[in-house]
Amino acid sequence: MSEPPPLLDLRNVTVRFGGLKAVSDFNFAIRHRELVGLIGPNGAGKTTVFNVITGVYRPSSGAILFEGKSVGGKKPYLITKRGIARTFQNIRLFCSMSVFDNVRSAFNMQLRHGVSHALWRGGGLAAEEARIERDVGELLDIFRLGKFRDAMCNSLSYGDQRRLEIVRALATRPKLILLDEPAAGMNPTEKTELMELIRFVQEKYEIAVLLVEHDMRVVMGICQRIAVLDYGIKIAEGPADEIKHNESVIRAYLGVEASASS
Amino acid sequence: MFERHKITLLASLAIIYFISARFSSSISPYIYQIILYIGINITLAVGLNLVNGYTGQFSLGHAGFMSVGAYAAATFTNNAGDATLALLKPLGPMVSTSIVFGAALLIGGLAAGATGLLVGIPSLRLKGDYLAIVTLGFGEIIKVVIENVDALGGARGLTVSHPYTNLFWVYATAAVTIYVVLNLVNSTYGRGFLMVRDDEIAAEAMGINTTKYKVLAFTLAAFFAGMAGGLYAHLTQFIYPDGFNFQKSVDIVTMVILGGMGNTWGVVFSASLLTILPEGLRALADWPSLPKWMGGLLGNRMIPYSLMLIVLMLTRPQGLFGGMTLKRKKA
Amino acid sequence: MIEFVQQLINGLSLGAVYALIALGYTMVYGVLRFINFAHGDVFMIGAFAGLYLAPYVMWLWHFSPLLTVVYMLLLLVIAYALLRHPWIALLLAVGLYRGLVALAPPIAKLQDNFPAPSWLGMFVVLATAMVVCAILGVLIEKLAYRPLRNRPRLTVLITAIGVSLFLENFGQYAFGVDPQSFPDLIGDQAINLPAWCGPFTDLTIMESQVLVFAVTIFLLIALRFIVTKTRLGTAMRALSANPVATSLMGVNNDTIISFTFGLGSALAGAAGILISIQQPSVDPLMGLQPGIKAFVAAVLGGIGNIPGAALGGLLLGIIETLVVGYSDELHISPGYRDAIAFLLLILILLFKPTGLLGRVEREKV
Repeated sequence: MSEPPPLLDLRNVTVRFGGLKAVSDFNFAIRHRELVGLIGPNGAGKTTVFNVITGVYRPSSGAILFEGKSVGGKKPYLITKRGIARTFQNIRLFCSMSVFDNVRSAFNMQLRHGVSHALWRGGGLAAEEARIERDVGELLDIFRLGKFRDAMCNSLSYGDQRRLEIVRALATRPKLILLDEPAAGMNPTEKTELMELIRFVQEKYEIAVLLVEHDMRVVMGICQRIAVLDYGIKIAEGPADEIKHNESVIRAYLGVEASASS
Repeated sequence: MFERHKITLLASLAIIYFISARFSSSISPYIYQIILYIGINITLAVGLNLVNGYTGQFSLGHAGFMSVGAYAAATFTNNAGDATLALLKPLGPMVSTSIVFGAALLIGGLAAGATGLLVGIPSLRLKGDYLAIVTLGFGEIIKVVIENVDALGGARGLTVSHPYTNLFWVYATAAVTIYVVLNLVNSTYGRGFLMVRDDEIAAEAMGINTTKYKVLAFTLAAFFAGMAGGLYAHLTQFIYPDGFNFQKSVDIVTMVILGGMGNTWGVVFSASLLTILPEGLRALADWPSLPKWMGGLLGNRMIPYSLMLIVLMLTRPQGLFGGMTLKRKKA
Repeated sequence: MIEFVQQLINGLSLGAVYALIALGYTMVYGVLRFINFAHGDVFMIGAFAGLYLAPYVMWLWHFSPLLTVVYMLLLLVIAYALLRHPWIALLLAVGLYRGLVALAPPIAKLQDNFPAPSWLGMFVVLATAMVVCAILGVLIEKLAYRPLRNRPRLTVLITAIGVSLFLENFGQYAFGVDPQSFPDLIGDQAINLPAWCGPFTDLTIMESQVLVFAVTIFLLIALRFIVTKTRLGTAMRALSANPVATSLMGVNNDTIISFTFGLGSALAGAAGILISIQQPSVDPLMGLQPGIKAFVAAVLGGIGNIPGAALGGLLLGIIETLVVGYSDELHISPGYRDAIAFLLLILILLFKPTGLLGRVEREKV
């Protein structure tokens, strides 16, 4: 029985900034509908991995394949169109627009009616706009943001803003969603809610999730598989239990003596 | 729902036509001129608002596009106008002049739009201050080029033989400009402009080709500026490169800022206000009981203008009607 | 060949002026990440300060060298006061001006009988213009830019445009629109090149050109000294790299920023005098073209980079002079002179936005 090809495949990816190698020879694959975690101490290169997958950086060498086709070095908006969505470490919402409009923004790339219809308002436009309105409303209701429809995003609580950012990314109908430290700044209750949210999203929309997180409870709690980065190099990969007891991982986070005593 | 807008536009055009036909002759020529200038400035400012206000790209060379449109339209009517009129004679004077002028305006708009495309594609990769300077540079280059082309009259200027501009044409153009901009922005597609303004990186992550949006806004604004230029040329009947200098670009930018970047009706208001203001200041400066030094200060409208800009930025940078308070920089 | 060297020399003396103005742009950008649109107009004010004050200053130099030394010392005091008490500095400056005018013969008599040219007298005029511009720069920063320190850069840019327009138009109101002629301060004449220069003896090198170049080099060296060896200069460099950390080190950022503006403006003032010596026609709009060209020069060298600004200025001066000088061969009309700088700017920003000596700054995602 042969394995189906992975959804996202990073092969020997290196990202260099001047003389510094932020990510070295990174080999990593994510399969359809997998929930994978990427952890490592601060500065390990996790966000760089995100950025190189989503096109913000170009890989200095190596290949990035999504559904078998190369996406390395492509522009971010093209990569999103292929089916990879992301959230940001520092929430990046469109703050002059309402919550509704933020989610609506995801539908731009699917529009069949572009400039000309927006200018002259042909008949087909009305139908499409109505459909979009319905879809956005549904999404907001599913994720309990419906009551904030017309609010400006900075009037939302931090946890709600994070949820909005995830919903917005989801609205692009991705096959893979990258979450960059979604639990940052949350209290334990919010974190539990977040974990449920992520599991819900993954099951209902049948998408793969790549999660960068510092909170070990969150990571160990939901991730099927975890990869560990340290100084840009993958030092371990496997299910949560293995990683918890992996010597090099402990050493990376806590130093040599901690690993000796465990 | 969207049909309503089309009807509103057509109704507006009809009303404008009626007003123009019925009342044009009864207004004093001075007031009439000011009303026409208001309309032209509305077209300029509403167009630029799409770039500066809605898309958040700071362009300082808008007068350049206006000049391209002015010269293109003027060249057409000067050289091909009479011939075309003769050709269309059987259609009657009103229809034939309308066709000729309409064509001239369109040519002006398209020429300016093409220039906008050429300028926009390389420039819009830059951000903030740099984009501002580059657009300023292009505006100056356009001016210098025109100055050095004898066929366009060079620095001495170009006379425009046909005074076609009237209330209908000016306000019809303004109405169409407002219609197009509002329609565009209030659609899912048009929200893309706001996304580019708010956060380009997030916009790209949402599948938006930010460069395409920026270039589109820029080109469209240039097109309308070109039409405004054509209207201007056939109003003043004499155009010269220095009339489209950096100061003029600043004039238009000031209208956008004062009105509130991203608020079309606010910009309409401020364009009207800022057209009337210099006339008011000039009248004030001529007031007999005013001390002479004050008259001099007010006579050069740029002095109170520039002070107003500074005070505006210090106290209310979002303009009169800008709803969104400009974000404070993160520490 | 001779022609080429001649153009080179002309280009260098033009470029020196561009370099001085460019330094102001680049220092302010380095420290505040902001393009001071009004900088070119400070240059203009420097020239006009020279125009209006030269008669008095030159008279003072001839009247009593001792009093002139006192005058220079007072200028120094004003400059020192400028950093922490700009309004007091302004008051002192006005007082000094009043004193000077009271002491000297009435202006009409001075203008009929303009004091004889003198190199040293010119230096006093130069210093005066530098101080005037320093005061102007510091006050502009304090009134118009400082309140907007945390606002988006666009807001400050618009304010700077407002300041620039105000200076230009108020200048037109106060000084009159027509160009005025700048007095001959040094008795400019061509230098007689000694015979051993061979074929180069045919070159026309004006004393003013040598002066401009020499003063620029001197100011550049002085600037380098200030920036690298003094505490203020080091603080300036620190601020340019990391404002938050700098203030955490106990530095008063506001003082350093004032200092940067004052220094840059003083250099612009010097440039104003130096160009007026070469091209003795001053008008309120004279800052427009050199201002934007100096900005291009700063970008060419790498904005934020001080040696880069100097290099950029000299290069731009040379390129512009060469293109105009060889305009026939290049089949370009010399009327395109002003467009050259813009074209260069667009090309740099498109192909090498960091300039010749600049570094890339990445945005953190």
